[in-house]
Amino acid sequence: MIRFILRGLLRDRSRSTIPLLVVAVGVSLSVFMHAYVTGIMGDMVRQSAHYSEGHVKVLTRPYAEMAHLNPIDLSILNASELEEVLVHQYPEMDWVHRINFSALVDVPDSLGETKEQGPAFVMGLDLLSDKSTEIKRLHLTEALVRGRLPQHAGEVLLSEQFAKKLSVEVGEEFTLIAATVYGNMAYVNFTMSGTIHHGSPAFDRGSMLIDLSDARDFLAMEQGSAQILGFFADGFYNDDTALEMKNSFNTLEHGEAEDEYAPIMLCLADNPTMALYLGLGSQMGMWISLVFLLTMSLVLWNAGLLGGLRRYQEFGIRLAIGEEKSHVYRSLLWESLAVGTIGSAVGTAIGLFFAYLLQHYGLNIEAFSENASQSVMMPGIIRARITPVDFYIGFVPGLVSTLIGAGLAGIGVYRRETARLMNEL
Amino acid sequence: MPETIIQVDNLIKKFPVGKGFFTALDTISLRIESGEFAGLIGPSGSGKTTLLNILGSLDSPSSGEALVLNKSIGKLGAKEAADLRKEAIGFIFQTYNLLPVHTVYENVEFPLLLLKRTKKERNLQVEEALEWVGLQSKRDSRPSELSGGESQRVAIARAMVKRPKLVLADEPTANLDAKNSFHVLDTMKELNERLGVTFLFATHDDKVIQYLRRIIELNDGQIARDYTPEKRQQS
Repeated sequence: MIRFILRGLLRDRSRSTIPLLVVAVGVSLSVFMHAYVTGIMGDMVRQSAHYSEGHVKVLTRPYAEMAHLNPIDLSILNASELEEVLVHQYPEMDWVHRINFSALVDVPDSLGETKEQGPAFVMGLDLLSDKSTEIKRLHLTEALVRGRLPQHAGEVLLSEQFAKKLSVEVGEEFTLIAATVYGNMAYVNFTMSGTIHHGSPAFDRGSMLIDLSDARDFLAMEQGSAQILGFFADGFYNDDTALEMKNSFNTLEHGEAEDEYAPIMLCLADNPTMALYLGLGSQMGMWISLVFLLTMSLVLWNAGLLGGLRRYQEFGIRLAIGEEKSHVYRSLLWESLAVGTIGSAVGTAIGLFFAYLLQHYGLNIEAFSENASQSVMMPGIIRARITPVDFYIGFVPGLVSTLIGAGLAGIGVYRRETARLMNEL
Repeated sequence: MPETIIQVDNLIKKFPVGKGFFTALDTISLRIESGEFAGLIGPSGSGKTTLLNILGSLDSPSSGEALVLNKSIGKLGAKEAADLRKEAIGFIFQTYNLLPVHTVYENVEFPLLLLKRTKKERNLQVEEALEWVGLQSKRDSRPSELSGGESQRVAIARAMVKRPKLVLADEPTANLDAKNSFHVLDTMKELNERLGVTFLFATHDDKVIQYLRRIIELNDGQIARDYTPEKRQQS
């Protein structure tokens, strides 16, 4: 009987090829979409974490409330002491200091007069110490376009786009102008040791990387830091652990009681945009599967109904010959199982193939995201990311939806009145 | 003594029409013995197909008794009715109703698949059935490659392959020309005589009526006459 069903499937294209194509297309789209969204969400979350949010971050409460203004006067003053506490309490984390501030870059001509000026987003981070993990974390070596990474105090990196805009060449000096933590204006000359391409339009527009010590000296912050970012050792954000850490840190007293500048810990998910992406990332598989399951079930139900109409005579003769309705119904389910299995396997393979292409080659969207804000680090090149989930995320709904579609369409077999078979046949 | 294949007593079949009922079969009684080559004749609406439906366990009577191979049709559940059709009744329809994507061989083999016969048994029986109808050379053809007469002969082979006790044929020559009609009727007559299978036709085709050894004439749901052709000629 199985051979009889298979022969029918192979010979009748409308019974096999069309449903198989429908399933394969649906499954491949699901697999590709999942890998694509996983990739783009993961990139955005990772880039935002690496550049600005950390997996967790420690900062003063007032700074947290006005973080979008980079209020360095509200920074942590005793940052080294606090880091020791953090390292002691959470030794599995990698803790780094960051100071972000806005400044004006003034590029002089040969006579010392202003040639170009431009606002810069300056990030102070550990670029010079031997134990620095920041160069690796931000892939600065790979991002280098011209020159070299800073090796001495007073050397900085500009984004390539910004450097071109200001007409600064490698090795040239310029003046950085900004307000210190005390409100005074500071004017210090720095040398551009190289330029980098971050791959993030928001950062590439006008950013500058400066060593943490230089930033502290420039802003008169001594041992201060705007934020202390913590990263999980494996590089991946874990919301449960981060939340646990945050709760344990924030229940302890840091500094004097009722100190409004006492440090607090925030986790990545406290940023509403990041929370949205993280939520989407974790639930996306379920939603993609659900939407696919419903859509495909409806499509295949419809296809099954049309197929049932076309095979009305066949079902009638089979019932008349003595096949039971339940047997006819089961044979329909077996057919759909075969179609669903093959279609899902083919669809998964196709989806993975295209996801691999997007993962390997990426898609450059810098031109479309030039005006992206800095609150979300939008990568300039989006890439899919194939995860183990992709190997079954389309397969299971593909199979189930085919069965549901055939199951619903096949109910008509039970409604068929055998008493009318003589007239119909 | 011949076996009674069909025994019908005071059979009534009513269909709901609006708020009332239409009586398709009105107190029918008849008996058909093993090996008969009988036919139900009569004008459209006389109840031929309704009676064939009931005797084929596709429908059940409103009242009265219809015994087919000693099984009361009215008391059969859906599964028992399907089993009766599967094991003991062959059907021949006016439009052949072959499964279009399957070959001649596979169409004839299908009833044996339902009966779970072994491959060897199936092969023997299908080859034999194709020989009966003279279509061995067409075993691998698809229904679309056959003429009307050939298609109906495949349908006969499919009905006969399981060696049923009873074959019900509803207007089997309605779509055939005279030559093919006689060919098909000759085949059925030969099988009836050779294998002793009971044939019951529903027809108003004179070509079929010529072959019948018993004619049951229905009119308005009642048996108007039940006779052998010799008696008809005499009358």
